[in-house]
Amino acid sequence: MAVAAAPRTGTRTLTYAEALNEALREEMRRDPTVFVMGEDVAVWGGGGIFGVTKGLVEEFGPERVRDTPISEEIIAASAIGASATGTRPVAEIMYVDFIGLAMEPIVNQAAKMRYMFGGKIKLPVVIRAQEGAGRGNAAQHSQSLEAWFAHIPGLKVAVPSTPYDAKGLLKTAIRDDNPVIFLEHKVLYFTKGEVPEEEYTIPFGAAEVKREGTDVTVVGIHTQVLEALKAADVLAEDGVSVEVIDPRTVSPLDVDAIVQSVKKTGRLVVSHQAYEQGGIGGEIIARVVDAAFDYLDAPPQRVCGKNVPIPYSQPLERAALPYQEEIVDAVRRII
Amino acid sequence: MAIATEAPALSKEQLLDMYRRMWAIRRFDTRAYELYREGLMRGTTHAYIGMEAVGVGVCSALRSDDTITSTHRGHGHCIAKGGDIAQMMSELLGKATGYCRGKGGSMHIADVDRGILGANGIVGGGIGIATGSALSASVLGTDRVSICFFGDGALNQGVLHEACNLSAIWKLPVVFVCENNQYAMSARADQFTSVPDPSVRAVAYGIPGVNIDGMDVLAVYRAATEAIGRARAGEGPSFLVATTYRMLGHHVGDPLNYRDKAEVEEWSKKDPIAGFKSYLLGNRVMTEAEAERIEQDVVEQIEQAIEFAKASPDPSPDILMEDIYA
Repeated sequence: MAVAAAPRTGTRTLTYAEALNEALREEMRRDPTVFVMGEDVAVWGGGGIFGVTKGLVEEFGPERVRDTPISEEIIAASAIGASATGTRPVAEIMYVDFIGLAMEPIVNQAAKMRYMFGGKIKLPVVIRAQEGAGRGNAAQHSQSLEAWFAHIPGLKVAVPSTPYDAKGLLKTAIRDDNPVIFLEHKVLYFTKGEVPEEEYTIPFGAAEVKREGTDVTVVGIHTQVLEALKAADVLAEDGVSVEVIDPRTVSPLDVDAIVQSVKKTGRLVVSHQAYEQGGIGGEIIARVVDAAFDYLDAPPQRVCGKNVPIPYSQPLERAALPYQEEIVDAVRRII
Repeated sequence: MAIATEAPALSKEQLLDMYRRMWAIRRFDTRAYELYREGLMRGTTHAYIGMEAVGVGVCSALRSDDTITSTHRGHGHCIAKGGDIAQMMSELLGKATGYCRGKGGSMHIADVDRGILGANGIVGGGIGIATGSALSASVLGTDRVSICFFGDGALNQGVLHEACNLSAIWKLPVVFVCENNQYAMSARADQFTSVPDPSVRAVAYGIPGVNIDGMDVLAVYRAATEAIGRARAGEGPSFLVATTYRMLGHHVGDPLNYRDKAEVEEWSKKDPIAGFKSYLLGNRVMTEAEAERIEQDVVEQIEQAIEFAKASPDPSPDILMEDIYA
């Protein structure tokens, strides 16, 4: 069920990357079996290309913070094997676009070993990767692939959009005894938000209403939560009240929260940067239609990445991605 | 009497247990084929017949807390490491009392408490898991060793390259054991691998590469003991290639149109069980009577396992959605 965004007191302003760093640090202090591995996580720039693993090797040493060769399949597979035998690895795939090399161990081993073995093993592995476009990284460094993993029973998939969510979800991911694909977003690393001083975790399968409204439900993934909030401001000027929901995890997916919202608003827009075709938006809409068809006053809309490899040149890249203007247009179509 | 093997000397008890396990594998896979043909097993099964010396030789050199990963041809590894034969048979028949509650079948049998991290339906699928088992031992600072069984078919999977490199640079306590049974389905090892002696690929990783007569269980035991010792002492991985033979087809119903019966007959002369039996009898470690008793016991044990399996219930569809998540 949905959790309303609570005012956060006793907080500091952290970036999304800093919040993730705190989560890792706290969990590694708490549990000596947690360790980090990946390409350039230890040495580069003090820890990670976006600083998520900054300072960890200094505190925890090279046994627990391991730079790896460029070998995505064995990075994932050995993390999975290590999780089966007494440790809790947090392995990084530097760009989600590289995760294709690691699909075999993730899909055929991590997601299935527990089931195939009749429940006799646990695989507390976290595989982190970052997604997303908007910085001119071009087609092979800009994708959003959460739908691939949401499709596979046996995996859990997190897609935090704020520093608060990132920290709380990563702590949960590390403590979860199941394989978690933890998907961050390269543009979001630099965004700032309030993060409590005291310890907290966020459960999986708990969407958050980022903004309450009554006329239309907009579900956003990653950057699209922020775009939806901007669109909501624009639409408010015309007296349209937008409710913005952030699923925070796409597997498990808090369909109930979205359904409750749609029962109130009667209208649904789903927005993700991932390609529209076969994206998680279609899945969300199918589930909502199944549960709340009679409550819908208009066809559900998708505002997603175009079905095109993400181009390099800025005007082309911009044209390929969904921004708040398109969300505003989609809402206007159905109001 | 004990036999000195240049490895820890094996007692009579240990040697007879090796013999018993080899026999159990042979008998288990023979009966599994028969059950399949009777229509009691679904999917298919992959027989370890002819390869018993490799699984038993390696597993005899392990501690109980050491781990193995297995292949699709994994009944032999499971039995070699002390797996429960009744639960194995029940799993093959898809029953609720099976090792995996009927959810895994032949290719996914596991006994995690015994360090058997699963047979695997993906060629090379156990390689990364075994590497990971060694990695966790390293991170935790234990001296546990990880064995990775894989076939000549997996020699050319990319993940093996990655695993050898990573375990070499991190000195992970893993022993890669290639069971070269000459065939990957219809692909002959000597045609599909770029070098005639696969063990030379170890040079590329700076790790020891060892060739073993995979039909001689004591030769396997010796080589495994050495490699396991190296791993346990923190000296890193080794790459063992045990030359053996896949006496039957890849799976039940293999047309076998791609090899000669004459070749099979040649290899049958090197049968690892007959060879070991003759060694034990010749060295007066075992008498004919003892051999017969062991063989009879195995036959009985497996028949009892089959009866247990046949009498066990099917899993209820109610359990379909259980065990996906912890």
